[in-house]
Order: sequence, then structure tokens, then C-alpha cells
Amino acid sequence: MREGDLPHTRTALVHPMTFTDQLVQFFASGVTQGSIYALIALGFVTIYNVTGIVNFSQGEFAVIGGFVAITVAHKISLFRGNAQVALEWPLPVAILIGVAAAVIVGSLLYRLGIQPARQASTLSQIVVTIGASIALRGLILLAWGTDPYRLTPFTSGAPLRLFGAVITRQSLWVIALTGLAVIALYLFFQYTLTGKALRASSANPNAARLMGINTSRMGLLAFALSAALGAVGGIVIAPITFMTYDRGLMLSLKGFVAMIMGGLTNPFGAVLGGLLLGVVESLAAGLLSPGYRDAFTFIVLFLVLLVRLGGLRRRGASAAMAGL
Amino acid sequence: MGTKRFGPFALLAVLALILAACAPAATAVPTQPPAPTEAPQPTEAPVVEPTQAGPEQGEPYRIGAFFSSTGPVSSLGVPEANTATMLVDQINAAGGVLGPDGMLHLLELKMYDDQSDPTVAVEVVKKLIEEDQVPVIVGGTGSPQSIGVIETVTAAEVPFISVASSSAIVNKPDGTQQTWVFKTPQQNLPVAQVQLDWMTAHGFTKVASLGVNNAFGADSMAALRTVTADAGIEIVYEGTFEPGTTDFSAQLTSIAGTDAEALVVHATPGEGAPLTVQFRDLGLVIPIIHNHGIGNRAFIDTAGAAAEGVLFPIGKLLVAEQLPDSDPQKATLLQYAADYNAAFGSAPSTFGGHAWDGLMMVKAAFEAVGADSAAIRDYLETSITNFTGISGVFNISAADHTGIGKESLVLVQITGGNWAYVPPTDYANVP
Repeated sequence: MREGDLPHTRTALVHPMTFTDQLVQFFASGVTQGSIYALIALGFVTIYNVTGIVNFSQGEFAVIGGFVAITVAHKISLFRGNAQVALEWPLPVAILIGVAAAVIVGSLLYRLGIQPARQASTLSQIVVTIGASIALRGLILLAWGTDPYRLTPFTSGAPLRLFGAVITRQSLWVIALTGLAVIALYLFFQYTLTGKALRASSANPNAARLMGINTSRMGLLAFALSAALGAVGGIVIAPITFMTYDRGLMLSLKGFVAMIMGGLTNPFGAVLGGLLLGVVESLAAGLLSPGYRDAFTFIVLFLVLLVRLGGLRRRGASAAMAGL
Repeated sequence: MGTKRFGPFALLAVLALILAACAPAATAVPTQPPAPTEAPQPTEAPVVEPTQAGPEQGEPYRIGAFFSSTGPVSSLGVPEANTATMLVDQINAAGGVLGPDGMLHLLELKMYDDQSDPTVAVEVVKKLIEEDQVPVIVGGTGSPQSIGVIETVTAAEVPFISVASSSAIVNKPDGTQQTWVFKTPQQNLPVAQVQLDWMTAHGFTKVASLGVNNAFGADSMAALRTVTADAGIEIVYEGTFEPGTTDFSAQLTSIAGTDAEALVVHATPGEGAPLTVQFRDLGLVIPIIHNHGIGNRAFIDTAGAAAEGVLFPIGKLLVAEQLPDSDPQKATLLQYAADYNAAFGSAPSTFGGHAWDGLMMVKAAFEAVGADSAAIRDYLETSITNFTGISGVFNISAADHTGIGKESLVLVQITGGNWAYVPPTDYANVP
């Protein structure tokens, strides 16, 4: 096949790649995938800080956001061909609707699942989120089936070259949007009244209530915000690794690992944890064996839990004290 | 947030691992919600009284059938069950089968749904043999269902024509064939032979092989190893991925680091489509050739522009209209496609074709030897020669209970969002 023969043919890769180029490629793939873990982990941290709950439906938010955006942007058949959807609305609209759908699901989860159980222990509430994730996965399976679906890349065009590695434009979107989300979240928590109220509910719920902050509304807000973060992750990665109904569980687990690596409460730690996890995974898969990809995630989890959790957490906690 | 809070987290970590351990099991078996409306009840062929004068009317001949009309492999089983019903209706509408006794016999189809479950398959086969007393059985949508009933049909000495593809259905471990079992889908070996012909036409000497880590992928990869070893082609990279994987960056980057001249993929659209998209995104310019696993619309729909130029060997039904008129199967293929479309309003699939082959072999056996199990078995083994079917032109023998080779396959290229037939003389020019 000559270059340029086919419409999809883009910048030719130097072939074969040198080992250094391959390393850069593994790193780039790892950062892209890690950005998604970072977004999921940010959602975990936000909910944990405000409500003390680890929300295991976090990955499902990404899947719902991704699937809804795909449904709005493309021709697609749902419920095993029993419903045809051919909206084909512009991508930005589809993305907004995808995020909105996840926010609605996140809010409903808080109102119907968490709030009625607010007298129960934190652990019971966490189990509620696990149950919700299984139920949501079942509903997603009913609607979209087992096939993978792809969202159109945000911008078309040739991939970029970086030291012999190839970086798709969508990867840049992933990294850029993750960066934006981190900055926006920081500004929101730091400089808006609502953000400060959220931090107050997290630091001392009783005092916050005495100061007139509606902590249950803050919980709702945290779930909505986390759902939006998850949905952005799911939507932005859908053009690269597609979306399948069962992605939520792994995304949740990896986001959880990233959150622990970052010290539970620290958003910046969570982002670093996510990126690090992505790179470790990619290098393990590329240099050892693709079968070790997930194994390494949990080896990292073990190491962090057994050896470094205390240290990481202390630093995380002090960062939280210092204003997230 | 005191230190006492870590208890729950350690607990959660353990829980996370348990969930993760369970995850592959959940993804390995793609569950499709069953559609009760599509589940055919055990069907009995409508008894049509032939009106024309002619041979006398004899006792109906019974055919046993079981397909997975519901459950994970129902997308294969439904067209098979449809085809069986359609053929029996057609034959009965024409008056039935003219048996060796000179009498016309209507066909009575005893068909059951095995729910994609090997255990249910064994139960319905026992029912077919003991209650319905059928002389011959066609069915077994998935390889596990087919393999599961071998023992039952062998003990009862009832010939069984399987519509599933695994070589273990007809091959005994010692290399001989199962006495009472035949099958209509081609093996993976001829698929690899067509891929090899294409590589040889290009003069390739180094290829990469990437396949799904299950029985289908392993068998296909082994077939490629066998044919390339004989032809002196080196597999410079061989890798696998778990079913359900959608991120292939690690494998593809490793392939980019080799001097492979082509990539051979062994997968179904679920993984094949994302793999192909990421292969293009990475800017790899070597050609990509899949196996027959991606031979349905889902692959083109999902992979979109990235599917352009993809090659794969498959049975001829997909490109029946484009075949040269000299092809011995062309008329049969077009007739089946037209009949199926008229009866069910959709294009037939390769899988329905496997059932067509089984049913029509049974019809031929009924015409020659009547409804005796042992005689049908002997007929299938010795007299199915130059039998023009949907999956190929069959030549079954005692040494080969499948009876079709690479001549039954064609190379197809995806062009303009459609399948294009590639004549063997053009192998060197594609992609």
C-alpha cells in the first residue's frame, strides 16, 4: 500500500520504530489513558471530600456520558434494533447532552440512593454505589448491547509527530480537556462561594450547617460535578478506545487506585496518580506483556496500600487543609 | 478523617480486586438480552397435502434440528433456524422428498432451541433421539453445543451434521474422524491458506500475527503458524489480547517496532474494529488482513473509514453477485439469498448457509437411502461428492468429515464501505 492511496492514510510512521521511539509511544499512550483515570479520580475525590463516600458508580458516569453523546451524534439502533435514533446533531451539542445526561443520573443516584441512606454508615453508602453501578451497567447493556461504539474524533487531520512517536489529535484533546478540568475545578473550589461552601461541608459538616450551608445540597452538587467529570472522560476517550457497556467497572477501579495514589483527598494528587497509573500500565503492557496491563494496576494498588498509604495520605490531608 | 478510616479502605481494596477478578468472566461471555419474540417454539412443519397426481404418499421423514435461537450466539442461531424452516417449507410445498421406495415423503422438522447452552443442547438431542425418534440431526450453533452432543449421538448411532466450526467437532484426538459426526463450516486452516496465497503473491517473508485470546483466536493463529512455517514465512511478532479489549496501543506499537510486512488479525468486530482504527491512527502503512471473523456489517459500520482497504478470506455468500459466472456455487448462492430475503426480509448470513448445507445433505440422503440412520451415515460419508452448497463444494470422505477446502473461500477487500471480491489473479494488487 502506498501512502495516500486511501483516505485514511496519514503521516507514515517510520517503520520499523526504534526502541526509543517505542518508549515515547508507550509514554504518550499512557498519558492519554492516564488522563481518563485522572478525570475519574477527580470525581472520586470530589465526592469523597464532600460526603466521605467512595462512589463506585464513577466509571458508569463515563460510560453513560460516552454512549449518550454517541447516540446523539450518530445514527444508531438501540434495544437490539427495536429503536432507531438518527439525530446526528453537531458534536458540541452531543457532548453537552452527554454530560447533562450523566449529571442527571448522578443527581438521581444521590437523591434516590445516598440521601435516603444518610443515617447508614459510610461503608453501607459505598455499597449502595456498588449496587447502583451494577444496576446502571445492566441498563446500559439493555439499551446499547454488547457492541463497541465509536464517537467521531473532535477534530480531523493528520496525527502529530513527537520524537518518532505518533500522537493523534484526539489524544491532545484528552490531555487538554483534563488540564482544563483540573484548573476549572481548582478555580471553582478556590474562588466561588459555592466552591467554598463545598469545602466547608467537607472540612466540618456540623459547623457548615450552623453557618447556614445546606450540606445535603452540597452532596447533590458533588455528585453532579463528579458525574460531569466522568462524562467528559468517557466522551473524550470514545473516539480512541470506543465505548462498551462494561467499561465502567474497570474505569471505577482504576480511578479509585489513582485516587488512593494521590492521597484520597487531594485533587492534584489524584491527577498525578491517574497519569502515573496510565504510564505504568502502558509501559508494563508494552515492555512485558499486554496481559499484565491490569495486573500492574493492582500491584500498584497493593504497594500503595501496604507501604505508602500513610505517607501519601498525610501529605494529601495537609494539602486539603491548605485549600485542596 | 482519623486513621481508623483505613479499615474500610483496605476492605474496599480487597473488594476491588475481587470485582476485577470477576470482570473477565463477565466480559468473556457477551450477554445479549434474550428476545422472547424471536424464540421459535419447537416447530413442526406444516403438513401440506400434495394435490398433484404422481407417486404415492409415504410416511413423513423426520429431521431433528437444534439451534441457539436465544442466548449469546443467537445472532448465529436465528438465521440457521430460519433457514431450516424455510427449506422444509419449500420442499414440502413441492410435494416432499421422493424416497428410494418410489413414494413421496413430506418432511417433518423437529426443531428445538438450545438457548446457547451446551447442557440444554444435550437434553434436546436426547429428546430428539428418544421421543421424536429422528433418524438424523442437524444443528449445534456454537462449537461448545456441537462438541457437547457428540457422545450422545455416537452412543445412539444417529448421524449428526454440525453447523459450528471448531475442528474438534469432527476430529478425534488421534486424527481420525468422529464416526457419526459431520460438519459444514470450513476449518480455520483453509482461511490461513488463502491469507498465505495473498502473502506469497506479494512476496512477503515477515508478518505479524495478533489474535483474540480464546478458542477461536488460538485455533486461527495456530493455523497461520502451520501454513507460514511450510512456506518459509517468518512470524516476527505474535501477540494476543483478551476478549473485550478496546485499547491495542501496546501491541500495535510493538508491531511498529518490527520489520513485519503485513499484519494478520484474528478477531471478531468487537475487537477487530477498534484495533483497525488504532492501527490506522498509529500511521502504520503495512497492509492489514483479518480472518473470517469480521465478515459482517458491524465491522464496516464500527470501523468506518479505517476499514477501507482491509482484506479478509470468507465464504462466497458475502460477494455472491460479484463472483464470475464460471463459479460452480454462484447460482445456488444467489437462489438462497433471494429465497431468504423473500421469506425474512433480510440478507442471509454465512451461518444460515451452514444450516442450508446440512439440511440439503439430509434431503439428498433421504432421496438415496430413505430414513435409516446407518444408511444415512454411510451415504454422507461416501456419496457427498461435488455437492454444491452454500459454504463450498463438498467432497466428504472417511478421512475428512468436513469436505471443503480453500476453494470454498474468497478474498474480500473492503472498498467504499462495501465488500469487493478479489480474484486470485489480483492478490498482488491488493490492497
